[in-house]
Amino acid sequence: MNATNRNEQAALARAVLEIDVNNHPGVMSHVVGLFSRRTYNVEGILCLPVEDGTRSRIWLLLNEDQRLPQVIKQAEKLEDVIAVRRHHAEHAVFSQLEEFFRP
Amino acid sequence: MTETLTGAQITIRLLERQGIRNVAGIPGGAILPIYDALGQSTVIHHVLARHEQGAGFMAQGMARVSGQPAVCMASSGPGATNLLTAIADAKLDSIPLVAITGQVPRAMIGTDAFQEVDTYGLSIPITKHNFLVSSAEELLEVIPRAFRIAASGRPGPVLVDIPKDVQTQAIEVAKWPEPGTALPAVPAATEQIAAAAAMINAAQRPILYLGGGVVHSGAARLAVDLAEKANLPTVMTLMALGSMPVDHPLSLGMLGMHAARYTNLALDECDLLIAVGARFDDRATGKVAAFCSQAKIIHIDIDPAELDKIKTANLAIGADVGEALTQLLPAVAENAQKNWGDRVDALRAEFPLHMPEAANPRTHFGLIRAVAACLDDAAIIATDVGQHQMWVAQAYPLRRPRQWLTSGGLGTMGFGVPAAIGAALAEPQRTVVCFTGDGSIMMNIQELVTAAEENVNLKIVLMDNASLGLVHQQQTLFYGERLFASQFKVTPDFIKVAQGLGIAALDLDLAADPAAALQDAIARPGPCLIHASIDVEQKVYPMVPPGAANREMIGA
Repeated sequence: MNATNRNEQAALARAVLEIDVNNHPGVMSHVVGLFSRRTYNVEGILCLPVEDGTRSRIWLLLNEDQRLPQVIKQAEKLEDVIAVRRHHAEHAVFSQLEEFFRP
Repeated sequence: MTETLTGAQITIRLLERQGIRNVAGIPGGAILPIYDALGQSTVIHHVLARHEQGAGFMAQGMARVSGQPAVCMASSGPGATNLLTAIADAKLDSIPLVAITGQVPRAMIGTDAFQEVDTYGLSIPITKHNFLVSSAEELLEVIPRAFRIAASGRPGPVLVDIPKDVQTQAIEVAKWPEPGTALPAVPAATEQIAAAAAMINAAQRPILYLGGGVVHSGAARLAVDLAEKANLPTVMTLMALGSMPVDHPLSLGMLGMHAARYTNLALDECDLLIAVGARFDDRATGKVAAFCSQAKIIHIDIDPAELDKIKTANLAIGADVGEALTQLLPAVAENAQKNWGDRVDALRAEFPLHMPEAANPRTHFGLIRAVAACLDDAAIIATDVGQHQMWVAQAYPLRRPRQWLTSGGLGTMGFGVPAAIGAALAEPQRTVVCFTGDGSIMMNIQELVTAAEENVNLKIVLMDNASLGLVHQQQTLFYGERLFASQFKVTPDFIKVAQGLGIAALDLDLAADPAAALQDAIARPGPCLIHASIDVEQKVYPMVPPGAANREMIGA
């Protein structure tokens, strides 16, 4: 894990990825493995099944750096990834969860 | 008609339906049901490797010469982990492979059962895709899909992990799925092709840069046609050698770390680089910022993630290179311009590749040329990894796509002998030569006995300098001549080893007429090891030092 303090965190640009995937054991490993093996820290993860449960949606909160476009392309190549959508850091999905992460 | 079949029988039937005729592997407890079914097959020949890594590379050899997915098998635990290196090698060189591994029964997964390892987890980063099959029913979907994924787009290895109870589970099969084949690629956009043609037509000093994708796409002929029509000097990556005959007037040979000086100097002057199925690997580009620094770049690749990965292209075309070149060929203008060709020829004359003593078969270059003199273009040339590999890449007159089998991306010592066995099994009508070194051959020497068992037409040319030659070279050049762990204090008697493992052997060192002895050994059918001592002080030259720009080459 990258050791960054609170101020450094705030200074970094953030990105939020919304990833539609097939729902089976191993999909999460495929997706987060793309990041970890590039020493790219994933700051936040959310995942729940959608519709009838054959698919899931993964939300990732990331620090934005120049490697992000390449990792997105790699994610799009995964067999179990159906779509990747990129959002700005202001997206509500993680900010609405903040109350569960108070010290 | 409905049949009752086990998961193991379904797996073998699906492989037969895929057209698989050779499978390399080693049985073990967790894959015995599949082996039991395989033993009943009348169409699939099983090659019993002596180490699972050997089985993986044999399958690679089959896939590399045919372009079709090939199959290797291993049991759970150590069987699966031993396969991993060959799978990783296939990933880096985009080789279509389907690896089938046995797994402990589902109920025992996660209990640290005997020979249990997380094959699925281990193989995620080194496969294009992988499966852990959870029912016999699922095999009907997974096996064809594994072949489809391996062969589609940018090819690659797919692993299918099958628990033992899934192999023994019997189900009713009423209908068989269609075999999995490559999906057609999305065609290149016509306006992008027009833009590429305009850039090529306007260029003063263009160079065509061919990568392994040209071989995978079956586009070598189209690439040569394009080069000839637009008068494009052409460089090839290690993986693309053979795409354009090396003695073609437009060929500048291999680029990069061990290119001829003129090749890298011409690239340094080009104003347009047309990259086709190439990925700007660091061994090809040297210091990236200084690679073709004056050039605009057209990059055509089937894998969108390769576009703009290392170098930002002025025009990036995500397409199958064969399809894109088919469109591009009529759109480029005939080019009779001579200035750039004359300049390249002047560089070639001033900075050629030096091959000292190429007429003496007791030298490294001389040996390679002497072997080439015994063969025609139908021969398959495999290598291991090290100095011998680079010398063969520099000196062997490769003229045909899929003639050349070498471990490029992963650079795996031990690749050569089993890959060559696989190639010989897939194309038994050809002579296969494997150049190897005394370091590399030891990493899969056990497969000599497999070569004997299969009686393959394989000639292994062992260039023996009693050292890890490239390590020796780097320590000499860049580590103050502090040679450490690169020289073998004890070396095997390779002649006795070969004979002990059941194959013929020839010691060229003892031959009065080495060229004649070589000719005789290569002409005789069956496997043979040809041993030749070479000088440990010989370097692979020229060389771009690590981190340097390609124009800063050292050595001859």
